[in-house]
This record gives sequence, C-alpha cells and structure tokens, in this order.
Amino acid sequence: MTCDLSVKFNYLDFKNPVVAASGTFGFGEEYSRIYDVGILGGICTKGLTLEPKEGNNGIRLWETPMGVLNSIGMENPGIEAFIKNELPKMKKWDTRIIANIGGAAEEEYILASEMLNNADLDMIELNISCPNVREGCMAFGMKEKSAGELVEKIKHTSRHPVIVKLTPNAENIVRVAEACEAAGADGISLINTVKAMAVDIKERKAVFENIYAGLSGPAIKPIALRMVHEVCKAVSIPVIGIGGIMNWKDAMEFIMAGAHLIQIGTANFVNPEAGKKIVSGMKDYMEKEGIKNLDEIRGII
Amino acid sequence: MALITDNKKIGNGIYLLEVEGRFKGSPGQFYMIQVAETYPLLSRPISIFELTGNKLKFLYRIAGEGTRLLSEKKGGECIGLRGPYGNGYPSVKGKIAVVGGGMGAAPLYETCKRLKEHPDITAVDLYLGFSEEIILKNEWEKVCSSFFYDIGGMITKHVDVADYDAVLACGPDIMMKKLTETGKKHGKKVYVSIESRMGCGIGACLSCSCKTANGNKKVCKDGPVFLGVEIYDL
Ligand SMILES: Cc1cc2nc3c(=O)[nH]c(=O)nc-3n(C[C@H](O)[C@H](O)[C@H](O)COP(=O)(O)O)c2cc1C
Repeated sequence: MTCDLSVKFNYLDFKNPVVAASGTFGFGEEYSRIYDVGILGGICTKGLTLEPKEGNNGIRLWETPMGVLNSIGMENPGIEAFIKNELPKMKKWDTRIIANIGGAAEEEYILASEMLNNADLDMIELNISCPNVREGCMAFGMKEKSAGELVEKIKHTSRHPVIVKLTPNAENIVRVAEACEAAGADGISLINTVKAMAVDIKERKAVFENIYAGLSGPAIKPIALRMVHEVCKAVSIPVIGIGGIMNWKDAMEFIMAGAHLIQIGTANFVNPEAGKKIVSGMKDYMEKEGIKNLDEIRGII
Repeated sequence: MALITDNKKIGNGIYLLEVEGRFKGSPGQFYMIQVAETYPLLSRPISIFELTGNKLKFLYRIAGEGTRLLSEKKGGECIGLRGPYGNGYPSVKGKIAVVGGGMGAAPLYETCKRLKEHPDITAVDLYLGFSEEIILKNEWEKVCSSFFYDIGGMITKHVDVADYDAVLACGPDIMMKKLTETGKKHGKKVYVSIESRMGCGIGACLSCSCKTANGNKKVCKDGPVFLGVEIYDL
C-alpha cells in the first residue's frame, strides 16, 4: 500500500507534516551536514527581528528533568542579513521555509513583515510568544485583544500567509487563537516555551539573568497536547502542534488531537537526526496500520 | 553508539573513559556524549583526551547528573557519541608552552602528543596547575619536552611567556586571561580553549554564544579554541 504523508495546510502543500521548530534548527545549515534536511516538510528559521540582536547575557541553557530551560533572547542576524545570507542557502533544499519573526513593538513587526514581502518564503510565523525578551513579543500573545490587533496589521502588510505562534502562558490560549482567526490568521502554531525558572542554591541566585526562562521538551508535552486539542476544537484554520515531540509516536498523538503539521524543537538537540527519524517512523506506522492519508486520523479525538 | 572498554576512577570524582571504534579528531576538538537515550536529554561535550588507533579516551570530572551517570558505566556497555565537533587548536611552529588548569588538562594530552611528533616544533613545555591533587602523574612527561606542575598555586607564575613562540591554554578564565595579557605584552599568540554550556553542539541553538572582539561567536562551532585577545581583550 502506498501511504501519503502530504498535508494541505490552507493552500500550501507540505510533503509531510514534520517541520523543524524555530530556534532549534538555526537556518538549517548545521543539520544539513548531518542529513538531507530537504526530506522535512518545512523549516522554521531562528526568530528574526528587524535589527540584529545579540541575545541575553549569562547562562542561556539549563537542563531539568525531561526538559530544557532556555534564555537565548532571540540572538539573530536581523531580517536584512537573513534575506541576503541565509535564505539563498535555504532555497537549495526542497522544503517549505517559514520565517519566524518577533519584535519589541508593533512597528517592528510591521516593518519586518514588509521587508519579507520581497523574499521568497512560504509562510511567516508570527512569534508573539517568546518569554525571553524584556519587551514585546510574548506580551502580545498574553491577551486576545493585543494578539488580534497585531495579527490584523500584519495580515494587512504581508503578502505571505501568516501563522501565529501562541504562548501557553496566555490568560486563555483558546480565546487568543480565536482572536487570531478572526483577525485573518492563516493558521496557528502552539506551543512556545512555558515561562519557568531555576535557582542555583550554591550561589543563592536565579540561574538566568532574566530570572525567568522558557521550558521545552518532553516535560511540556502533555500540556501542549491538551492545548492543541482545545485550540483545534475552537478554530477552523489549520493548527501546527508543538511541544515535547521526541518521536513519531508523539507526532501521531498531536495529529490525532487535531494538528495538521507538527514541529520538533528540543528533540533536535537530543538526536540531530530526530526529524528524519520522525518522518520515516510516521510512514512505517501508517503503512502498518493501513492509513492512506493523515486526514483519516486527524482530530479523531 | 560506541562500546566502552574501560571507565576507571583516577582521582577524586575524576574518571578516564575509553571507547573502541573508528574515530577521527584533532586536539582541542570534542565529542558529544549521550549517556542514555531518555534521561538526561542533552549530550555532554567532552574533549578528546587521547586518540590512538581504534581507542578514544576522555578525561572527565563528575560535574552533574550526566557525568555522574557516565561514571557508573562499565566496560562492555555502550554510550552515544557524536563528533568530533569544534575547531581544535591551530597549527603552530617553534617553541610552544602548553598550559592547563584543573580539568583544563584534559585536551592537552593529545595536544602535546601531536606537537611533539611535529617537525615544525622545537620544544613542547607543559605546565599544569591543580588545586588538590595531580591526575595521571606519570603520564604527562611522556608527551612533552619538559613537564612542570603545581598544586594549589598559580601556574601562570611559572610560565615565561616571552620565551615561547606560542601558548596553547585550557583552564579557568583567570588563568587564560593572565596568559593572554602577558602574551599581548610580548607580542606572542595565546590560544585559549573555553568552556560553555551547550545544547546542540553543532552551532544551531546559540546556547553557547559568547561575546568576542569580532562579534558573537558559537563556542561549539567557531571554538572552543579562540585567540586569547579575541575573548579577553574586549
Ligand atoms: C534553544 C531554543 C531556542 C528557541 N528559539 C525560539 C525562537 O527564536 N522563536 C520561537 O518562536 N520559538 C523558539 N523556541 C521555541 C521552540 O520553537 C518550541 O516552540 C518549543 O521549544 C517547544 O517545542 P519542543 O518541546 O519540541 O522544544 C526556542 C526553543 C529552544 C529550546
């Protein structure tokens, strides 16, 4: 039997549902030395801002049981350098390219999305969910009003499809998703990291300079799954499930909960070939179970 | 996956791990060691101690959960290994001082060994500083022209930087900073290997990003070896 892993996400075809999550895959280059990243459904870029950003000082990564706390602080080369230096390299791979954009203020998001209008991309992922920058970003994603207003403006400026990446720290993530849909979003991705902290008892200090950081990895999966399920029930635009996906079984759980696509983040650190393994694992499972297309099992719960 | 052939305690919380297989690597490069498939999640970057034939050795100290679990592994068991990663020490010429502090000694064994065999090198003087005890006391002399060690003091006091063509260092920041300053004064190149918390180990996650005179660099990919003045002369 031939099974088909392809997914229609709005009007865009993805060859399979496995997408590399923002901030965990750079711009793909490092991983392309390990496997052919063109086998992935898509790649989300590192979070981009209008101007280059140096990121946070101090410790940026801390391991915790079955999870990772990060406080990278959106270190990135800026939109212009991305278009000039990184995007042309990414275009060599036969995969969808999603530019993840963040910002401290509304104006920054608007200018960033304008600059990306001339770039050959497949989608924009509006990051209103990063907990590691002092201003903006996650602040937009906490409430439905601020999220909806920003999405409406970006939909107005951007010629690319816009998906919105939500934060589990929102007051009510389902309401935020609904507000994004009402504002014209083409899709929703969730979840970004969970705001968390760690203490160094020897130093009697918070581990991170910003005190709080973002938790990812298997520790957050059950929460992410529940949120994806709730959001899928509430909106009719397609959803990308993210959070603690380590293997093809986890990926299938998110599809059954209603996700169209899935993203893998921390798993790339655990095994740099995680993306490749998840694609082949999903295929094997579908063949064995006689599933011709993921539509047959998507959202069955 | 790699087969462990030995993993023995050689000091207070310090172990020498030996694995078998076909490995590559140059001095100063590291491998990402994965102790278990599920927990802990992340691999630990550990530099090459020695590479001969089909044997690769790592010298490590128990610093947390990952290295503690690693220390419990026995010969015959397997661990995950990826690498070699990082740049390693550059090629140098003439009379070389190799300076290590504490566990910073780990990458210097293979470093000295290769230097000593190299036709462009006239002498390799090794200086190691330890805080409590010397590790592998009888091994170091075999790989250098002269060996000096010190316990509980400042090893930099014993290195006459002006007398060398280049200095290769690995150890605490204060030690490498001091060497960099003296090197700068005498117009000598000092290369330092720096330590950082890493996530992916290949340059994608920016966890180990560090400020340098030439902008942010990734310790795992652009380093771990940098010119001292790039790091400490900001
Ligand atoms: C080191 C690191 C950096 C990240 N950087 C970004 C980023 O720049 N933009 C973003 O939207 N999400 C970022 N994320 C969040 C991930 O894309 C993802 O939403 C989150 O890690 C949950 O998925 P996971 O459990 O599979 O890692 C980052 C996560 C990590 C661990």
